[in-house]
Amino acid sequence: MSMVSNIKLIDENGLRIDGRKFNELRPIKIEVGVLNRADGSAYIEWGGNKIIVAVYGPREAFPKHTQNPSRAIVNARYNMAAFSVDERKRPGPDRRAIEISKIIGEALESAIFVEQYPRTSIDVYIEVLQADAGTRIAGLTAASVALADAGIPMKDMIVGCASGKVDGKIVLDLNKEEDNYGQADVPLAIIPRTQEVVLLQMDGNLTREEFEQAIEMSKKAALFISNLQKEALLAKYSRPEEKEEVKEEAEQENHGDDDHE
Amino acid sequence: MSRSSDEIVYGLKRDYLEKISSGGNRIDGRKFDEYREIKITTNFVTRAEGSADVRLGNTRVLVGVKIEQGEPFPDTPNSGILTTNAELIPMASPTFESGPPNEDSIELARVVDRAIRESKMIDLDKLVITPGEKVWVVFIDIHVLDYDGNLIDASTIGAVSALLEAKVPASKVGQEDFQLPINHIPVMVTMAKIGSNIMVDPSLEEEEVATARISVATDENGDLVAMQKGLSGSFTVEEIFKAVDTSIEIGKDFRKRVFGR
Repeated sequence: MSMVSNIKLIDENGLRIDGRKFNELRPIKIEVGVLNRADGSAYIEWGGNKIIVAVYGPREAFPKHTQNPSRAIVNARYNMAAFSVDERKRPGPDRRAIEISKIIGEALESAIFVEQYPRTSIDVYIEVLQADAGTRIAGLTAASVALADAGIPMKDMIVGCASGKVDGKIVLDLNKEEDNYGQADVPLAIIPRTQEVVLLQMDGNLTREEFEQAIEMSKKAALFISNLQKEALLAKYSRPEEKEEVKEEAEQENHGDDDHE
Repeated sequence: MSRSSDEIVYGLKRDYLEKISSGGNRIDGRKFDEYREIKITTNFVTRAEGSADVRLGNTRVLVGVKIEQGEPFPDTPNSGILTTNAELIPMASPTFESGPPNEDSIELARVVDRAIRESKMIDLDKLVITPGEKVWVVFIDIHVLDYDGNLIDASTIGAVSALLEAKVPASKVGQEDFQLPINHIPVMVTMAKIGSNIMVDPSLEEEEVATARISVATDENGDLVAMQKGLSGSFTVEEIFKAVDTSIEIGKDFRKRVFGR
């Protein structure tokens, strides 16, 4: 949020640099069970983001001193591939990745019934293959689906979306340019069933009113994405005749929510 | 003590703190929106360009600011550099281990950094020695000496105090030393959720049983500049908005009361 630029991010018709309206999401595609060895996996394309997530566990936590006798520990590892960004990123976790891993792990843990698996670890590996802003939320959204694919019992599937401020206006789901040259970024993740907040960060500059606007917009979008997660799981696990029903249901549910079409 | 007796004590403590908080009380008798006593000694380390020894109740953090010459980042050739580091040294708590920064110290440093950077506290554009070649690099180093909860606020108070005192050693390049140029003063307010109650400035005992944590930084206009939700519990959206209002409210007289500005 610190870079200064004269780039115009919203045109005179109120459209954004990629042609979206202020409350429009980028296209999102989720696929389940994309890896063979992992206990669960998912792949997400969200705008230009391409992220793959693998889940291993619950398995015996190692090293042993990390074991908790009353519950499972959740290890999330967010990692960006060296080639995922314009300028090659030095491989391995940097400070940003360590912080993101921590908050993603905490958010996922809020939904997992960790007390059912004492002394184990549930390992979530998030690999960003191509980055286009919003990777932590896209990774988290795919991670929930991968956990479900691994059969790990959860209260619900965590889902999220970011909003931010661009050219003085609150907009949904920032892309790369908006993230670089915008004035604020607010990633949010919720438990869709209760709409409780499990991940929230903010940087930049927002008034109290703008913040509230951003949260409400992200929340609404997250609930829409929650349906995409379910559709992705059903696409893998339902019998062919059920798949048709699911598709129809999903279409009905999404109908009238034209903000995100 | 074995892990399981730890668990029992933990459970008892949690039950007790939840119980008294439902009656509006805290273990040390404070109100939910009341900070512990804040004591600041600036210029504690005269070798540093700025320093502050902060006591927040029984938490003690020493922050040093060093200002040295360095090369600017290629994408910001006409700006000084700000970098923040935190060390949770083993002296401060039996649970801290020596070694490279772990996820807790990295999160701490990054959250403090976010408040200072995003509030635009330091006028980095005035820290250029030779445009594109040589700039002043401001190093903020956070040394936690005694850990009794709420390191985020104690460290932010320390970093802000040290920066307000800091002098740029320009005599090293044949100019006159000058006060570090300051534009804004961020105030960070961290809150913890115990049961269904949210209280500011959690002590260690409170942190240990808290399910969720939120830090909200504001500038002197009451605008939001940084935020971080932590731990594996959740907040309702209403709780988040209330936490934001609490931070704005406390921020109002905090600058005058604590920093004398």
